[in-house]
Amino acid sequence: MSADPDHPHAHGHNHDHGQEPPSSATLRVKALESLLVEKGLVDPAALDTIIDYYETKVGPRNGARVVARAWTDPAYKARLLADATAAIAELGYAGFQGEHMVAVENTPAIHNMIVCTLCSCYPWPILGLPPNWYKSAAYRSRTIIEPRAVLAEFGLDLPDSIEVRVWDSTAEVRYLVVPERPDGTENLSEGQLAGLVTRDAMVGTARVRAP
Amino acid sequence: MNGVHDMGGVHGLAPLVIERNEPVFHEPWEGRLWALVTAVSAWGRWNLDALRAQHEVIPAADYLRASYHERWLIALTEIAVSHGLVTREEVESGRPAPGSPKVVPPLQASMVIELRRRGSPKTRTVERPCRFNPGDVVRTRNIHPKTHTRLPRYARDKQGVILSLHGAHVFPYSNAQFQGENPQPLYTVRFEARVLWGDAANPRDTVCLDLWEDYLEPA
Repeated sequence: MSADPDHPHAHGHNHDHGQEPPSSATLRVKALESLLVEKGLVDPAALDTIIDYYETKVGPRNGARVVARAWTDPAYKARLLADATAAIAELGYAGFQGEHMVAVENTPAIHNMIVCTLCSCYPWPILGLPPNWYKSAAYRSRTIIEPRAVLAEFGLDLPDSIEVRVWDSTAEVRYLVVPERPDGTENLSEGQLAGLVTRDAMVGTARVRAP
Repeated sequence: MNGVHDMGGVHGLAPLVIERNEPVFHEPWEGRLWALVTAVSAWGRWNLDALRAQHEVIPAADYLRASYHERWLIALTEIAVSHGLVTREEVESGRPAPGSPKVVPPLQASMVIELRRRGSPKTRTVERPCRFNPGDVVRTRNIHPKTHTRLPRYARDKQGVILSLHGAHVFPYSNAQFQGENPQPLYTVRFEARVLWGDAANPRDTVCLDLWEDYLEPA
């Protein structure tokens, strides 16, 4: 499996496609779509555009640009921490499930981590749709009561001297963790820095590592 | 409601599985379903709070057994039936009822990007003054509504401190039941982890929740 900057030690995942009959969910969704299209309730072309939006227009690369800008432009960082919705919009990112953004900054004293215990709220415009682990019962149930144990499973062992601050997304406020800029990156450009910033770092389950 | 969706602090649900190189959608049907949720919701018959509440009434065993996207399939189907966009018979047969009119979808492909980017802000302008200010000590109410609430069980009847104010936001409790938006001040409240979880928690650790004013009382 190719290198994944988010999960160097994570489990693999294999599906054997092509040999199996279509799943029950495949058939049910196909039937529902066909019904909704036949009744004129949905436009099939709109469905394709929506899928493309979530597969190609939003994703962690958007958030990574925000973080890299904050690392290299102190005035931008100040605006981001004061009004994240407006600062993120400066870079062209806005919209559904990102209407009310708050950026929280990791420091040597505080490590922030995001969860949604009640469903799976997540900042779509800057991180895209959430990964399965974020939506899992395990992450939703455990992060709030034993964040340090969850972080350890992500490979991040934090000393007791650091405050772990968990944000439960119970309203329409969506959170972006601004990770610490790693040492040894002083000479990197903003674009190069953005390439280092992972989704997990912006959810708070990882730190950013120098290349 | 005190449902299985309210998972914060529950033990033994499942091991944490972290997948590498995860695609946005694992199967094509997940993407089609996701698009259907967006396109059908564009009819405006329900709101996001009602859609969340629809997940919460999935029978507990089914909720836990289903995948994330399977839950969305159940919730979308049920809310579309209960709001009259489709009938149960149509869903089961996969065909429109004989003689049912063909309508024009409100969401056209050309509008998708603009509407996604515009979003659906939940802030409202209200006359109601804020009852609390940053730094105030508050206690969450000990409530157990049988309908939609965004006050998790683990954070009820607990003391915390107001960290910030987000202005007035639509209140999910009433909005999910189509009883009006009842916009009211939304606060971030910070709790000591030990207040929520006892002495086993690290004394430095904290938990922040976004809570509407109706969930809070002066401590």
